[in-house]
Amino acid sequence: MKDHALTLTVNGAAHRITVPARRSLADALREDCGLTGTHLGCEHGVCGACTVLVDGAPIRACLMLAVQAEGAEIRTVEGLASGGTLNPLQQAFTDHHALQCGFCTPGFLMLATAMLEENPAMEEAEMVDRLSANLCRCTGYTNILRAVQAVAAARR
Amino acid sequence: MSVFGQSVMRLEDAPLLRGEGAFAADIDFPRQIHMRVVRAEMAHARLVSVDVTPALDLPGVIAAWSAADVAEVPPIPFRATKVRGLEPYCQPILAQGRVRYVGEPVAVIFAEDAAVAEDAADLVLVELEELPALLDAAAEPTDFDATRNTEPTIVRKSYGELDAAFRDAHVVVALDLAIGRHSGVPMETRGAIARYDAAQDVLELHGTAKKQHWNRDEIARLLGRAPSSVHLFEGHVGGGFGVRGELYPEDLLVCLAALRLRRPVKWIEDRREHLVATNHSREQRHRIRAAVDAEGRILAIDNVFFHDQGAYIRTHGARVADMSAGLLLGPYRVPAYRATGHFRLTNKTPAATYRSPGRFEGSFVRERLMDAIAARCGLDRVEVRRRNFVDVSEMPYARPLDALGTDVVLDSGDYALLLDKALARFGWDARVADVARRRAAGESVGLGLGVFVEKSGLGPSDGVRMTVDATGAVELVTGAASVGQGVETALAQIAAAALGVDYRRVRVVRGRTDRIEFGSGAHASRVTVMSGSATHQAGLALAALAKQTAAALLQTPEDALEIVDGVVRRVDTPEGASVTLGEVARALAPGTKLSRDRATPGLTVESWFHSDHMAYPYGVHLAQVALDRGTGQVKVEHYLVGYDVGRAVNPMLVEGQIAGGFAQGLGGALYEEFRYDERGQPLSTTFADYLMPTIAEMPPLDILVTEDAPSPLNPIGVKGAGEGGTNAVGAAIASAVDDALGGRGQVTQLPIMPRDVLRFLAEGAA
Amino acid sequence: MKPAPFDWHAPTTLAEAASLLARLAPEDGRVLAGGQSLLPAMALRVARPPHLVDINRVAGLDVLAVEGGLLRIGAVVRHVAFEKPVAPGPLGALLAEVVRHIAHWPIRQRGTFCGSLCHADPAAEWPLVAVVLEAVMLAHSLRGDRRIAAVDFLRGLLDTALAPDELLRGVEIPLLPQDACWGFVEVSRRAGDFAQAMALVVLRLDAQGRIVTPRVGIGGVEAVPRRLAVVEAVLEGQTPSAALFAAAAEAAAGAVDPMEDAAYRRALTRTVTLRALHQACPA
Repeated sequence: MKDHALTLTVNGAAHRITVPARRSLADALREDCGLTGTHLGCEHGVCGACTVLVDGAPIRACLMLAVQAEGAEIRTVEGLASGGTLNPLQQAFTDHHALQCGFCTPGFLMLATAMLEENPAMEEAEMVDRLSANLCRCTGYTNILRAVQAVAAARR
Repeated sequence: MSVFGQSVMRLEDAPLLRGEGAFAADIDFPRQIHMRVVRAEMAHARLVSVDVTPALDLPGVIAAWSAADVAEVPPIPFRATKVRGLEPYCQPILAQGRVRYVGEPVAVIFAEDAAVAEDAADLVLVELEELPALLDAAAEPTDFDATRNTEPTIVRKSYGELDAAFRDAHVVVALDLAIGRHSGVPMETRGAIARYDAAQDVLELHGTAKKQHWNRDEIARLLGRAPSSVHLFEGHVGGGFGVRGELYPEDLLVCLAALRLRRPVKWIEDRREHLVATNHSREQRHRIRAAVDAEGRILAIDNVFFHDQGAYIRTHGARVADMSAGLLLGPYRVPAYRATGHFRLTNKTPAATYRSPGRFEGSFVRERLMDAIAARCGLDRVEVRRRNFVDVSEMPYARPLDALGTDVVLDSGDYALLLDKALARFGWDARVADVARRRAAGESVGLGLGVFVEKSGLGPSDGVRMTVDATGAVELVTGAASVGQGVETALAQIAAAALGVDYRRVRVVRGRTDRIEFGSGAHASRVTVMSGSATHQAGLALAALAKQTAAALLQTPEDALEIVDGVVRRVDTPEGASVTLGEVARALAPGTKLSRDRATPGLTVESWFHSDHMAYPYGVHLAQVALDRGTGQVKVEHYLVGYDVGRAVNPMLVEGQIAGGFAQGLGGALYEEFRYDERGQPLSTTFADYLMPTIAEMPPLDILVTEDAPSPLNPIGVKGAGEGGTNAVGAAIASAVDDALGGRGQVTQLPIMPRDVLRFLAEGAA
Repeated sequence: MKPAPFDWHAPTTLAEAASLLARLAPEDGRVLAGGQSLLPAMALRVARPPHLVDINRVAGLDVLAVEGGLLRIGAVVRHVAFEKPVAPGPLGALLAEVVRHIAHWPIRQRGTFCGSLCHADPAAEWPLVAVVLEAVMLAHSLRGDRRIAAVDFLRGLLDTALAPDELLRGVEIPLLPQDACWGFVEVSRRAGDFAQAMALVVLRLDAQGRIVTPRVGIGGVEAVPRRLAVVEAVLEGQTPSAALFAAAAEAAAGAVDPMEDAAYRRALTRTVTLRALHQACPA
């Protein structure tokens, strides 16, 4: 069971890490790259708290091995804001009270980032379908939808 | 305009949005090791032996313990029960002699790496001799141990002439109702990171929530330390909902290990563990009877219920059963009442409180009963409720009952008014007509309602310390805690309004035992009422001190001064001479002339709020559902929550609480259930099996927050807002589904499963 | 919930993958494609393969093309690829509809069509599609290629005809005729959950408006999805009508032998069959 030395490119920065094969991308981001904004809510691919973008695609970071992510462009919640300024989606989440405890928030932000990049003109039903990938236990979701819709409307 | 009552943005959000939160798993210390719990794989068995030696042989493993290694640590005690004699049913931190549920901690591993600890846990040899599992709390009790059976106590409450009422009744309505086992299931699992600072002889526990001070005191007692040498810290908490932050075996195990092994010890619960280890809730069966007169007025209620506590009694003691009995009657006038609550142990995960504990269950039971009374008496479902409401003129209304150790005195409320407002906002009458039209066209649609009284603001006391520093920044130190609901923002608003500063200048320190001597944490919708009132008082006292000091500095009478945006100035000449709060603080610094006149220097006050009674918010839930006649699936088409919170500190946060609470109620009404097979093996151990609502299950939700009945029990009139969104969801949806089925009273249990709906549809057609 | 330790092998050619499998299969080495079923099973330690042969870097396995009347789907083609039509005519549209029922969007980014077939979960959508559309599986090993009909490939609950050292390198699905009508209906507890019952119907109408070559498959109810010959017989040669579809749905309910919750699953079978028929062909 040998360790693997590899480089992860996260939010444009290279992280040289050495991990066993069983280390998930989520654990590698958290434990080896020090990026703890990606959260683990279930570790079996259902809750979506660990959603990150790999080459633009939203994926469950708990269901990808770190060794599989070498060479990919990885984006996490830590990459959204520019310095002290929240990006429009982050700002919309606070404006619309789309978070309470905030644990699921990074996953929703990354999921919504991918949605808006794919198609900002998405119908509401389509948005609901996409957002149903992630679980939130605090907000009842309504405000999350409003926040995403507000950003989508501004981008159209 | 005062910031109190405004929907201002939350102070909490920025780090959470940037991925800079500090949840339990985000906390690391140098040299830390990881704990893994070995859990029982049978529901009920004699524990013959535990052999940890194979685990110790694995490289990276530091220690492994079974019950014998922790024998000196007493079981986890109660913090909330008046019932005596429950101690023998407490949970030991590692199983001794028997295992009583799947998931019970049997051994622990400590290793350099979390994955290695898990590898090692697989190697521990646990020898069990299976015993019959008891899974039905309504079945005959069996033996808990050699001398005790599985009914630790019976909760009894009663008043009035019950027998006479049933004798004289026009009709007696009887129902047999059941609520399924489900729970809070926050998105963040539990975690505990203990560190022993030998240099200072202080034990620290991080990743805590909800009840830091009580937990600190008990950890200290159980481990034989002075409370002042143990400190608990709260970072971010990924949802609480009642289950997180109680004292669990794992909390004590990491503390003990940190002391013994002299290294920081980290434990992060995984999701499968969470679903079998963290408190379950809700499971009850009620056999309720009502004596009713010819006009549909209730004469008496007699309720026998069975509370499925699971395998052990945890920190709440018999509290949920106690609340079920004490708060069942909701908004109705009931001349005679008897509750008999069989508090029973079974071979399932121990149960305790979950958002609106005892009331989600009780509202389902009471409101099914009200629907049944309406049907039996040939009355409209809305009308039968109106006839039985406690009237606004009767407030405060004392019931001859107690709950949570305090007498039930409904402090204020106009139930009929809120019902009217809610029905109008929902468009009830138009929907009744629309439903009739759609039924005629062959659809199965229905309307339902649930009316309820919540409780909040459990006393007895809460204190805060509020200080302005030399820069004018305000620090509010509270013994309250945050489970993510916006405590910092709400308390900052109250503080800012009372003192006269921008709420963004108020830093709220919570969940830390090292900053304040006493605290009651965050539970039972108590923070805004109790800590909020203390904050309000502190803000006023601090304003008075600031004015008194500024009066000396400005050579102006105190009563000519006001504080606006952190500046003390004359009311009549706001542009004239003034001092900032920072300047006032500097004038009160130690050694200054002005500080010597006071007991303590600094612009600081401590204030305590005391309350002997709870504040009772109340609400109405209205639902419209459609049934899929081919699948039995229930679609909630529209939903309204009307809730009177006395006064809303921040309406946006109140609505957020209601929406989130509703989603959890929806889960308990239609989706979520911890199921077991006949041997007590849990079947809901992943998120593919324990079904929580996603956004796709959320109906259009309308929220009506009213402020018609401020609480007379506190200076800011508030009542708790945390639980009203959840309380009557089961009740209202059951009522609507039953209505869609033709109002036959077929819906008698939660969650309402599609297969049952399909069966009910077939029965109705037959 | 960390997986048990394993060695990770990342071949870049099919030959290399086959030899790795030949060597490691006897030690319970497994193929890793999308990993959206295998990795959760490993996190839960239900599966503990000591070796994973990761085929994501194997050249040529990402083929997704129409040739010779067949849609060819390589081993690492992700579910998400089907969200836009990948084949002309009804087949592309059918796959685009079905894929929306597979788990959730992020899972579809990694999970693969062929992986779903190898996993052979009875509640999964692609196995039903493969059976109804008469897909052919291409199994590869050091012994060469082997063609297996979907109906023979899916042997039971989580059980396929694939040998331990074989790799499902691809699947071929015959294109549907332009005039083929189809319907797909699934019932699950929540959006994105596994199916409790699903029906896929494909049929054509002749010049007289009569049903010809109906294919009716049910998934999620029995251990393996399958076509129901008795239902197809009810439909063959008949003119579509509400009564005919009701009779066909009733026949479907009677024909299945549910793994659990029999009465309810039969009722769902009736419902999904009826709805899929109406979707395929307005009566």
